[in-house]
Amino acid sequence: MSKILVIAEHDAGQLKLATLSAMGFAQQVCAQTSGSYDVLILGEGISDAAESLRAYGAASVMVADSPALKEPLADKYAFVIDDVARAQKATMVVGAASTFSKDILPRAAALLDAGMISDVIEVRAEGDDFVFKRVLYAGNVIATVKLEGALKFLTVRPAAFAPPSKTDELSPATPVAVDAGKLPSQIKFVGREAKVAGRPDSTEARVVVSGGRAIKNGEDFERLIGGLADVLGGAVGSSRALVDSGITPNSLQVGQTGKVVAPELYIAAGISGAIQHMAGMKDTKVIVAINKDSEAPIFEVADYGLVADVYQAVPELIGKLKK
Amino acid sequence: MKILVPLKRVTDPDTKIRIKPDGSAVDLDGVKFAVNPFDAIALEEALRIRENVGEADIVVVSVGGEECIEQLRAGLAMGAERALLVKTSDDLDSLAIAKILAAIYHREKPDFVLMGKQAIDDDSNQAGQMLSALLGIGQATFVSKLELLENNTKARCGRETDAGIETVAVTLPAIITTDLRLNEPRYVSLPGIMKAKKKPLEEISLADLGVTVTTRTNILHLEPPPKRKAGVRVKTVDELVDKLKNEAKVI
Repeated sequence: MSKILVIAEHDAGQLKLATLSAMGFAQQVCAQTSGSYDVLILGEGISDAAESLRAYGAASVMVADSPALKEPLADKYAFVIDDVARAQKATMVVGAASTFSKDILPRAAALLDAGMISDVIEVRAEGDDFVFKRVLYAGNVIATVKLEGALKFLTVRPAAFAPPSKTDELSPATPVAVDAGKLPSQIKFVGREAKVAGRPDSTEARVVVSGGRAIKNGEDFERLIGGLADVLGGAVGSSRALVDSGITPNSLQVGQTGKVVAPELYIAAGISGAIQHMAGMKDTKVIVAINKDSEAPIFEVADYGLVADVYQAVPELIGKLKK
Repeated sequence: MKILVPLKRVTDPDTKIRIKPDGSAVDLDGVKFAVNPFDAIALEEALRIRENVGEADIVVVSVGGEECIEQLRAGLAMGAERALLVKTSDDLDSLAIAKILAAIYHREKPDFVLMGKQAIDDDSNQAGQMLSALLGIGQATFVSKLELLENNTKARCGRETDAGIETVAVTLPAIITTDLRLNEPRYVSLPGIMKAKKKPLEEISLADLGVTVTTRTNILHLEPPPKRKAGVRVKTVDELVDKLKNEAKVI
């Protein structure tokens, strides 16, 4: 019988939507086996986020609310997850595949001597055990894997799992006692760069507009890529080339080493389509490529390809969409 | 100061990956190998720290068969002093690798470990975090800026997170995993290659190290991702808008 612990993620108290995908995964596993899942949320001042987790059929929403957990520091968070997973006798600990989970979950897994699979896109019960599919080699290989052990750690790709169905009955919220004095303190939070306000996160947006090498400077990026994203109510993204040349910040990079996005619409403007970039966007529902070079690899994955200079096509597109 | 830098032998990042027809493994026939690019960034950072601090003993370590010597020699040619090869023919997962690296850590007692945030073959992004948990020390992952503080007892690290750059100060010893933007690794020079031939490279068995590991991840089958169905070329912006509105219905 599965007993799953889902680790929720939030941004200063605002629940990350990817958490719902991890809960959707848990619900899928529970439907295939008899089992239940709990959600653990850690932080400070997180009662609203915790409240919003109660409507999805979890056996409980466990709330570790403490000033000591204000920032998601791996040593402290892994310590609490270790404690809760033991107390719950969890058989699986699951988080969405994000930098938050990737930082913290492997640490907690090793504390519990548990194996881990990253970037799961499919799960199937097989007898008493499970078979998972995950992506590797920058998305060029899908592996079917088994993971031995009574406790398994997983990160799941948000795009691969739908949010769980809502239930009328609310899950009980239970506080998790945190003894701040016992938490490790090898890592101290110093600061976080201010977020650019106004546009949605590319991992959560319905539309993502990304710019590549064809964009010559930051102003043009804002005018063309930002402008197109804004008329579509979407997020902006970037290829590695623009980050490397300092035109866009690191946090915009889409790809194997950046963010993995799977929106309904992805517009790649002036992006050639290196495999490392495509690893981050090819699960998109509809891909549009605009590129001067008709041979660019991005056209091989695009549903709609327009061979054109982004400096001409994008302003025209913005104009037409504004009408 | 001593810095330990694990190097993984991986398929060259520019190689087109082919899967064997029976789906049992990646076809490595005729494929070029390289030091995992993130590990090369870790080694470059160690070399720069040595240049700043004045002295540092940089030890590179790899886990695998004899073929990993190629990557260890590349690390020595970049400037590491010494190389260790933990010999095994088993295909190990991240936790097993972390256990082996923990044993190496206890043997070498470095001031800290610099390693890539993920290997570009299995893309797991786990080994560094697991290693720091096993050692009970701090970690800073996905680091794109690194500065040693307070007489090299702490490291101030800029971490690349989904929400942007987060800065943490981690007490040393610690495990620091490197992201793409930390630096650009130097090219190996000819004198470097000549020198590397004379540098010590020690081979260690798992038995010598006193570690028994089992791998819990079993790969049953590999397949290529589903192909996207061929798209269409549109000739004008008008046609594109029409298709997105009336055919794909996404705007």
